[in-house]
Amino acid sequence: MTKNNNVDTTRRNFLKLTGLGGAALCLGFYFPADGVPTLVTPAELTDAEIELCPWIIINPSGKVTIVNHRAEMGQGSYHSVPQIVAEELEVDMNDINVIFAIGNEKKYGGQVTGGSSTIRSSYKNLLKLSAASREMLIVAAAAKWNVSITDCYAASGLVIHKPSGKKAHYGELALAASKLPVPKEPKLKKISEYKLIRKPLKRIDTPLKTNGSLIFGLDKRIPGMLFASVERDPRYFGKVKSFDATQALKVPGVRKVFKVEMSYYEYKREGVAVVADSTWAALEGRKVLKVQWDSSGFKHWSTPEIYKTQNNLLHNQEGMMLKTLGNPTEILAQSTKKLDVVYQTPYQSHVAMEPINCIAHHKGESIEIWGPIQAPGWIQDDISKQFKIDKEKVIVNMTFLGGGFGRKAMIDYPSEAVGVSKIIGGPVQVVWTREDDAALGPFRPGISYRCEGMIANGKIEALKFRMAGQNNDHWRGGAKDKPNRSTSEGFLKPYYESIKNLSIADVLFETTIPTSFWRSVYASTNGFAYESFIDEMAHEAEKDPLDFRREHLQEDRCQKLIDKMEEVSDWKKRAKNEGYGVAITECFNSTVGHIVKVSKNPQGGIKIDKVWAVMDCGWYVNPDIIHAQVEGSIVMGLGAATTHQITFKDNVVEQHNFYDYPLPRINEIPPIEVYIIDNEEDAGGVGEPGLPPFAPALTNAIFDLTGKRIRTLPFKLSDAY
Amino acid sequence: MIQLTVNGKTEKLDVSPEMPLLWAIRDTLGLTGTKFGCGVAQCGACVVHLDGEAVRSCVTKMSRAEGKNVVTIEGLSENNDHPAQKAWQEIDVPQCGYCHSGQIMSAAVLLRENPNPSDQDIDDAMAGNICRCGTYPRIRKAIHLASEMQGKSRT
Repeated sequence: MTKNNNVDTTRRNFLKLTGLGGAALCLGFYFPADGVPTLVTPAELTDAEIELCPWIIINPSGKVTIVNHRAEMGQGSYHSVPQIVAEELEVDMNDINVIFAIGNEKKYGGQVTGGSSTIRSSYKNLLKLSAASREMLIVAAAAKWNVSITDCYAASGLVIHKPSGKKAHYGELALAASKLPVPKEPKLKKISEYKLIRKPLKRIDTPLKTNGSLIFGLDKRIPGMLFASVERDPRYFGKVKSFDATQALKVPGVRKVFKVEMSYYEYKREGVAVVADSTWAALEGRKVLKVQWDSSGFKHWSTPEIYKTQNNLLHNQEGMMLKTLGNPTEILAQSTKKLDVVYQTPYQSHVAMEPINCIAHHKGESIEIWGPIQAPGWIQDDISKQFKIDKEKVIVNMTFLGGGFGRKAMIDYPSEAVGVSKIIGGPVQVVWTREDDAALGPFRPGISYRCEGMIANGKIEALKFRMAGQNNDHWRGGAKDKPNRSTSEGFLKPYYESIKNLSIADVLFETTIPTSFWRSVYASTNGFAYESFIDEMAHEAEKDPLDFRREHLQEDRCQKLIDKMEEVSDWKKRAKNEGYGVAITECFNSTVGHIVKVSKNPQGGIKIDKVWAVMDCGWYVNPDIIHAQVEGSIVMGLGAATTHQITFKDNVVEQHNFYDYPLPRINEIPPIEVYIIDNEEDAGGVGEPGLPPFAPALTNAIFDLTGKRIRTLPFKLSDAY
Repeated sequence: MIQLTVNGKTEKLDVSPEMPLLWAIRDTLGLTGTKFGCGVAQCGACVVHLDGEAVRSCVTKMSRAEGKNVVTIEGLSENNDHPAQKAWQEIDVPQCGYCHSGQIMSAAVLLRENPNPSDQDIDDAMAGNICRCGTYPRIRKAIHLASEMQGKSRT
């Protein structure tokens, strides 16, 4: 922010200290002491501001601005990142500004908000930077007053001289502090000393979400901006053969109709854009646009063929080995009493409540983008390459996201918006309809798993997992002669200690359907297969499913998790006519266990009576946000297991909108209890790991009640009993 | 010209009578608190009050809104302090927050019509509002809390 050379020097010191890397800002919000937030714009942040480190900006008035370098899509980074910084900087949460960083990975490190990585990848640096900043402010105050550093302390944005009671706010000290050397090993608080971290503080963005004032991507407006809607081939690789814009151009407000394309890594998707004065005019114009598509030259897949092919592959190929212990193939071949089953999971769409949208302005020499964006760095890379403009001149502004779930980490929709802007020569917002959003992909891949295993002496003697499903990495140029690195995702590592003969392999399976990350990624499907099969093994061993896991997961954190699950649930009090299911999965360095209780619905089918969830995510910031994320993960997992799926006919998605891709509604949600394991281990992820155990815990509970093993998702609760 | 009242203010809009109220509110009037979610009355993100009734503005044509009184989330209360808004803040209901304008507008009508809703009443009134983040347990809690708050403010 500041042009002071000394501050630049300090900034470079921070670079050395943290390994992270100068300042430009986008819209943020100002939170005055009365808690009623108002909008603050970068223009209001003046050159007088001192940037003590990339995350901390101090105004001469004493107002502290904390930068959130990651996307906020509901998971809470906009609150959690400042909650960490405020703790060690010693400022009050209700007296800070929070702003979003623009995409600048040299400065902030990785900004791709995925893999539940925001806290776990940055908290150690954030604590250290914030503590270092606090110490520098104290040193500056002591020097100003000519007193001993040890007689000074920081609290609520002030440095206080204890003997005299003298006070100075950070704004009075920031310039002097910024000229000081950066302490290499600032003193960090112990967990027991935290005043903010680990406390269920209310989210600072909530009031903005109750009165309509929060600006999502779709709400963003740029002066002179037009609106566009794009007709795209329902088949990804379809080409525009011809189009007739006569009727579309007659719609009042429609300005232009032309062919565009968007990139999904090296692949291109074609479409015809209708540009208009308003969203509605663009949508109306698109309704009467006529496009002829050429859908030849690539294979068209239908859902039954996808699963038939996967099943054949799983029975005819060993696949590429990711992990081998002992010799499971030989042992299983000799066994007369082995289980050999196939699990099947569906393709899924993300359908965040805010449909995909993006504003782009191609200005000739530079490009600026605004939108609900999870991956600013990837977009800079891609747009820079595609449009031949230096990466530094591709400015990516993250707005709040109305949900993301991995879809908004893609680079396709911004690239299309830039293409439209380049042709019209001005800013434009490309708006996807719900139908576009739900049915055009990329999708979570539908995957089949062949699981083989045998029991000896009450324990798993041999286990063999094979996966056949699309590898998201292939769309990004990933090698096809190597197994999917995520084939083991979700499966608990301590099993590797107790199961002597084990293999996990990936059988290559490809289609012409685009796939990508979906909340918790492969753990969302792997977890269902693997934890269901562990349950099958427990049944085969005639063991209690929770005890069976306890015996196989001989690792301290797992043992504590299982103990906690047993303690908080009614597991031991299980009654007849009640079904209990357990599942435990690991995802993004956090382990989560669910226990689901089901019963027969008097109206028919299965009723979910209760869900207990226990999360071990190590070091954590805000327990209430964790509770919310796990609750939400369970609801999302419930939908993916029981209410919706994406199916294809000749590569065209058969679903359109919420009427045929139905999401769970309030009347379908069971009571949920969430517990967090307290420990001082390294931080794990929070936004995703709560999802994978739900489906297997549910189907395991249904097995417990009915004796019927569900191996294919989704299934209808109404048909399950 | 179509005349209507939006959040207490008379507006004359030069738009087609066929235009959904949603787009008039968002694009013509610039009130972006009302959200586009599905366009087909499935998700409830666009709920506004039309003469006091919760309607889905994405399928409500301007011809129907003509002469009527429209309240959007921006006009629900002056200080973000309708009992539903206060309860939503107290419980920290929203995650991404996108659906919650609609959720709160639906809840406000429920709370007016039925000051002490049961869980079943909440299911019946709120099943038209989808939340992809899965904040439903908190929505339920917040409506009960809003009901309590509303009761107290009346006594």
